[in-house]
Order: sequence, then C-alpha cells, then structure tokens
Amino acid sequence: MDFFGRLTIDSLPFYSLIAASGAGVTVLGALSVMAVITYFGAWRLVVFGWVTSLDHKKIGIMYIMVALVMLMRGFIDAAMMRSQQAIAFNSDGYLPPGHFDQIFSSHGTIMIFFMAMPFLSGLINLIMPQQLGSRDVAFPFMNSISLWFTTAGAGLVLISLVIGKFSTAGWTGYPPYSGSEYTPGVGVDYWLWAVLISGIGSTMTGINFLVTIIKCRAPGMTLLRLPLFTWTVLVTSVLMIFAFPALTVACVMLALDRTAGFHFFTNAMGGNMMNYINLFWLWGHPEVYILILPAFGVFSEVVAVFSQKRLFGYISLVLATCAIGLLSFTVWLHHFFTMGSSANVNSFFGIMTTIIAVPTGVKVFDWLLTMYRGRIIFKPPMLYTIGFLVTFCIGGLSGVLLAMPPVDYLMHNTTFLIAHFHNMIIPGVLFGYLAGYMFWFPKAFGFKLNEKWGAWSFWCWIIGFYLAFMPLYVLGLLGMPRRMEHYEIAAWQPHLIVAAIGAFIILLGIVCLIVQLVVSIRDRQQALDLTGDPWNGRSLEWLTSSPPAPYNFALVPQVQSIDAFWDMKQRGVAYERPDRYVDITLPKNTFLSAVIGGAGFVFGFAMVWWIWWLALLCLATIFVAIVIRASQNDTDMVIPAAEVKAIEDARFAQLAKAPKNEMADDPGFAGQPLPEGAA
Amino acid sequence: MTAASATMTDIAPPSEGAEKYEEKAFGFWIYLMSDGVIFALLFATYVVMLGNTAGGPTGKELFSLERAAGETALLLLSSTTFGFAAVALAAADRSRVLLWLVVTVALGAGFIFLEFGEFSGMIAQGAGPDRSGFLSGFFTLVGTHGLHVSIGILWILVMIGQVLIKGLTRPVASRLARLGLFWHFLDIIWVVIFSVVYLPGVL
Repeated sequence: MDFFGRLTIDSLPFYSLIAASGAGVTVLGALSVMAVITYFGAWRLVVFGWVTSLDHKKIGIMYIMVALVMLMRGFIDAAMMRSQQAIAFNSDGYLPPGHFDQIFSSHGTIMIFFMAMPFLSGLINLIMPQQLGSRDVAFPFMNSISLWFTTAGAGLVLISLVIGKFSTAGWTGYPPYSGSEYTPGVGVDYWLWAVLISGIGSTMTGINFLVTIIKCRAPGMTLLRLPLFTWTVLVTSVLMIFAFPALTVACVMLALDRTAGFHFFTNAMGGNMMNYINLFWLWGHPEVYILILPAFGVFSEVVAVFSQKRLFGYISLVLATCAIGLLSFTVWLHHFFTMGSSANVNSFFGIMTTIIAVPTGVKVFDWLLTMYRGRIIFKPPMLYTIGFLVTFCIGGLSGVLLAMPPVDYLMHNTTFLIAHFHNMIIPGVLFGYLAGYMFWFPKAFGFKLNEKWGAWSFWCWIIGFYLAFMPLYVLGLLGMPRRMEHYEIAAWQPHLIVAAIGAFIILLGIVCLIVQLVVSIRDRQQALDLTGDPWNGRSLEWLTSSPPAPYNFALVPQVQSIDAFWDMKQRGVAYERPDRYVDITLPKNTFLSAVIGGAGFVFGFAMVWWIWWLALLCLATIFVAIVIRASQNDTDMVIPAAEVKAIEDARFAQLAKAPKNEMADDPGFAGQPLPEGAA
Repeated sequence: MTAASATMTDIAPPSEGAEKYEEKAFGFWIYLMSDGVIFALLFATYVVMLGNTAGGPTGKELFSLERAAGETALLLLSSTTFGFAAVALAAADRSRVLLWLVVTVALGAGFIFLEFGEFSGMIAQGAGPDRSGFLSGFFTLVGTHGLHVSIGILWILVMIGQVLIKGLTRPVASRLARLGLFWHFLDIIWVVIFSVVYLPGVL
C-alpha cells in the first residue's frame, strides 16, 4: 500500500466540475502539443535540435516558451479571481473557498516563479552573451540543467491541477497555516518542491551569468563599456546568488516541519513562525529587483535605440543599478511592519524603503532625458517603454506611501497593496519583458513581429491595467482585504466590476499577442531581417546575423567604445570580412541535462507524495548523470574553419542583397551612422 | 567523433584551455559564497532558536565536548591530508595523490560515523529534531554540514576512480582543486559550528 506513498486513485480531481475541467485542459494541452509535434514529424528536431541543445540562444528561446505558456495559465487564474469577486457580493459566486484559495496561490506562484523568472532567464540567455561578444555562457551544461529545473518546477505546478491539489496558502506560504497542523494535504508540498527545485536552478543561473559577464567578455569590452542590459544582468546575478539561499533555507525548513515533524515554524514546541517570514522576505525583496532590473535594462536599450540617441547618463544608470542591488537587501521588513517590531526597527526599514526610490528615480530621469531631443520612433517596444514610465511612477509613489509604517498599518493586506505591487510588476517587469520580446524577436528568428498587432496588444494591456488595478487602490482605502472569496459590502462591488472589465481588456491584450505571433509567422517573408540589425541598433547583439550562427561571432569582435556596434558602424568596420577563419569549439548536445531535470521533476513529485524509494532513485539518477558527464572526454565539437567560411559567405551574400539600413524607410529615421570622414 | 575532438584539443591554443579552468574555479568560489549564505542563515536560525527548548533538554545536557573534539580532530586532520594530496598533485605523483585521498576519505568517514552516533544517541533518548525548536535548529545546522561532508566523501571516491582510470589529466587536476576548496570550506564551517554550537552549549 505504501508503495505509492500518499498517492491513491482519490487524488484525481473528480470532486468538482471546475477542478476536473482545469485538469482536462492541462492534459489536453499536453496531448495536443505532442499531437502537433507528431503531425509535423518533428520529434527528432525537438529532441536533437532543442531539448539536448546546450546553445544559449536555444535555451533562451525555450525559457521564453515556458514563460509564455505559464503567462496564459497565470492569467486564467487572474481572470477567475476577478470574475468571482465581481459577482460574489452576498453570494458564493462560482468558486468554492478552497478552490479560490488554490487559484490565488497558483496565480502568484506561477507569475513570479514560472512566468517572470523564465522570461528573464530566457531574454538574458538569448542576448547577454551576444552583447558581451561571447560565443556562449561560461557553463553551457549547467545552463541547460537550470532550464530543466525551472521547467520541472513549472511542471509540478501544472501537474498539481491533475493529481491532487495545489497550495491554498498563497504564493508566500506563511506558517503556521502552511504547516501540516492546519494544511495537511499535498498542496503546500507541491508549492514547496516546485519553488525549491526551480530555486536551485535560479541559483545556478545566477552563478553562470555572473561568471560569464566577468570572464567571457570580448577584448576591449571593459566593465564600463557593457551595454546597460548586461549591467543589470550582472547585478541581478549577484542578487540571485545571495538571495536565493534564503528561499532555499526557508522552504527546506518548512518541508522539514511538514514531513519530518520539525518545529521551526509551528505554534507550539518552540517554533517561531516569524522566522519564516523574515527568511522568506530576505529572499523576497531582492527577488523583486531580480525581476525588475533586467527589465530596466531592456528599457535602457529600447529607449536609446528608438530615440536614436546615445543613452543619457550611462554612468549614473550603472551606479543606480548597483545601489538598488545593495539597498534591496536592507528593506525586507517592510513586507511585515505589522509583525510588531519596535518603532526604531520599523523606522529604519521605512527610511531604507524610501531611499531605494531615489536611484530608481535617477533611472526614470535618465530615460526621459534620453528621449529629450531624440527622434523617437514609436515601435511597439517603445510604446511599452513609455507606458511603463508613466504607470511605474504611479506605482512607485504608492510604494513610498506604503513605506511609512503608520500608513502601512492601515493598508496592510488590503487590496491597496495588491494594486501597488501589480502597479510595479506589470509595467515594470512584464512590459519590460514584452518590450524585450518584441525588440529581440527578429534576432532570435530572423523576422520581425507585426507592429500593428504589437501596438494593439500594448493599448489593451495598458488600458486594461488601469481599469483592473486603479479600483483596487480605492477598494484598499475602503478597507477591502486581499484574497476575499465573497463579501457583504455593497460599496465594493462597482469597483470590482470595473476591475473585472479591466481583466477582460487584458485578456484582449493577450489575444493580440497570440494573433501577432501567428500573423507574423504567416507573413514572415515580408518582414525578414536580412542584416541582423533591424532597428539600427547600438550593441553587439545586432552585429550577428538573425538568427545568429551557432557560434554567434565568426571572429571575436574588438570593442573600442560604449555602444560598440554603433561605433563599428561609424568607423565603417562592422561588416568587414576577415581574411581567414579559424576552427570554432562549441559544446556538443547532451541528454544528461534533460535527464537531470527530469529526475528533478520526478523527485519533486515523489517528495510531495512521500514515495521515498522513488525520491532516492531520482537522487541516484542525478548522481550517476553527473558522474557520467564528469568522465566524458569529448563534450565539445569543432566547427571547422571551412564550414565557418561557408556560413559566413552565405551571410555576406545575404547582406549584399539587403538594404544598407533596415530602418532607412521609416518616416522617423534620423540617418545612419556614417563612416568616419564620409560626411 | 573521438578522433575529431582529440585533434581539436591538440591544436587548441593552451591559453584557451586555461581560461576554461579559471572560469570553473571562479564559478566554484561563487558557489561557495552562495553556500556560505545558506550556512549563515542556518546559524542565525540556530541562535534565534537557542532558548526555544519547549521544556526539553538543552545543549548543556546533550552535547559532549569530548565527542565534538574528536569530530573536530578528524575533520581538521582530513583537511591536512587533503593538503598533502594537493602537494602530491603538484608533484604529479599519482600514487601519493591516491594514498592521501584514501586517508582523507577514511578520516571523513570517521567524522560521519561519530556524528551519526551522536545523532542516533540523541534521538534514542527522546531528543530528536521533533522535540523542540531548538533541536530542530541544531539537527538542521549540523545535519546540513554532515550532508555536505557525505557529498564530499562521495566526490572524493569519484575522484579516486578518475585518478585511477584517467590519471592526473588537466580536467582531473582542476576537479581535485575545486574538491579541495569544497573540503576546506567544510572545515571552516565546522570550526564555526564548534565555536557557536558546542563550546557555548557546554560552557
């Protein structure tokens, strides 16, 4: 009987129609993906071209695919909450409390861990090595393990919909409620192991990115010539390395409490639940900056390119990024001013929280001054950037308001807080990633995304955002707590209906994103990016072809200035042909990283259901896979100089046919950089 | 394919390989810092939980300084013997590398044996991690260190195998160097455990 631990046939979700249909959609989704791959006979391509690949660009694209799928799932949760609250005045609505609790828990968990984190890892993987003038990240194999650990975590959240239930303890999983005394089942365990496994992946990602930036830069690429996106990645990596251990420790302790009867966070027997909350936010606040700094990096790239001007205040942006990174470790207690610390402690954290707004304000001014006297071209990434600037300032101001402990006592756990952090994360993080997605899509696939549908998606997102979240500020002031499944106060309902309409308009924004992708793939022949430089770009990722050759750069570029590629174009050396090519060494494909990730997934599943033998088997599998990898001698492959030459010949033949500057026909185009002495 | 990669390593400029190993060493240092944060948080938790004995036994009643001193001696000695292995590695003396690695494993295993005895003894007298918050903190902190040492022992065993099969090649030597970092790191953590857990616990 104990062979399958706690797992029985009753774990299947036939207890409720809504739960069963959610499970059905998940299973159908998985089956239809497999059916599509089978229909196109693409299994060989999927496995040998992608799953086993250690190419940072492919890993980046796979991360972003995970993120977009999870964005849909997380949005469905949001839409269900908004519609429930819109109708649940003096009524039970359509969602029972236990189910509603699972939905807000999975919404937050998915959006932070399995939408935002993979999206940022994906964009960084795709772009950062190219901005450095590098051929890959420092540790390609570990990079792939990180990807599959993140995917394993996402898989655990998805499978919880089919087998068992998800957590009802919110995305933060506060004890004592999340302890086994009050929440016995498997829900919190699914949350724990999904977060833990993907968190280990994120720690490895941070190490990988940091070493790449420190050690793998092209000659001449000094730290103060790094593109700003890469600078933000550097700081984000440091935060990942030092913040994620706190999450790991908090989650392991909670898991020990739940599975082995420890007393870290229990009510009785000497537990101290506030310790969890301290540990969690010791990670949680830096995490906010882990998410948002790369988005700031995207905005910095986008705003310079589409204002057709050099980024204003580069050094101040670098310093502001570093300051934010440092300060992010000094504000965690503002998440729980109401814990009851002394006035002095609360004042300290209140003041630090206010101070962190200063470097962020510096950045906003830098972006505005970059646009000032620029020739702005309103492509979709630029729309998202401008929308971000306006909206983010409102969210930032509400944050400074909440930084005052007395105010926070009134607002704590109300929808004012919900409005505040969505007001930071949607424009600050999501708009940044969507801007990056549309900005760098041509780099990844060789054709541009449809601009009309991109603009439509932006307008739906931003209008929907204001409608969905401004009412929550009001509701918070009216005293509405977060996470209400139903309520009895008539004054709340009109606001909640407006918020639900806002969620519907955001849904239209998501539909526009899907239509944009489909239309762009259909019409790709009209939007090909033949030069690799579709936006008249400034940094080195635009020097490679679109999509880049496996080795990115046939010869490692020599960097002489900030905006290295712009500088090369000005000197007229960007497209110079080298007189000879050399052999290039790249990592071979391997199954082992996917095996380790798969074992991580099954391990998490086994730990959730107490199937101990299976968990041990998975650990043994991971150990054996690592030992095999460590004993292989031929993990690299060589692209011979002749093959490099053939690839580069084709590239230069394409360049000869392409227009000199792909932006030249754009009405706002301010002129291409001229070779020295040409004017 | 093997032939192709063999020719590749032959013609690759030596500096390129050196960079690869330097990246790995640097990355491993960063990992140790991240792991150091884990231990720092476990120490902080232990200190916070120190008084939360819930009526159960305190450190004074449970810890034996003799045993802790024995564990310390074994672990410090094992760091020394690993140092001898590193010296032998620098001299490219394969059999002495193997000898000292085997001695290190034996000392590490002795440490784990003593710690296992300590843990099982405590659990047998009803002072397991489920007895109180204090004991949860103790078992998790010291147990996490013990888990690291066990993984280190497994790693040394794998490296003994690699030295036997592959010899002291460049990648094997670089792995041994990182293993050394790991092993000495655990030693430092143990010194802190001794000073924060056992010594004040008994005095």
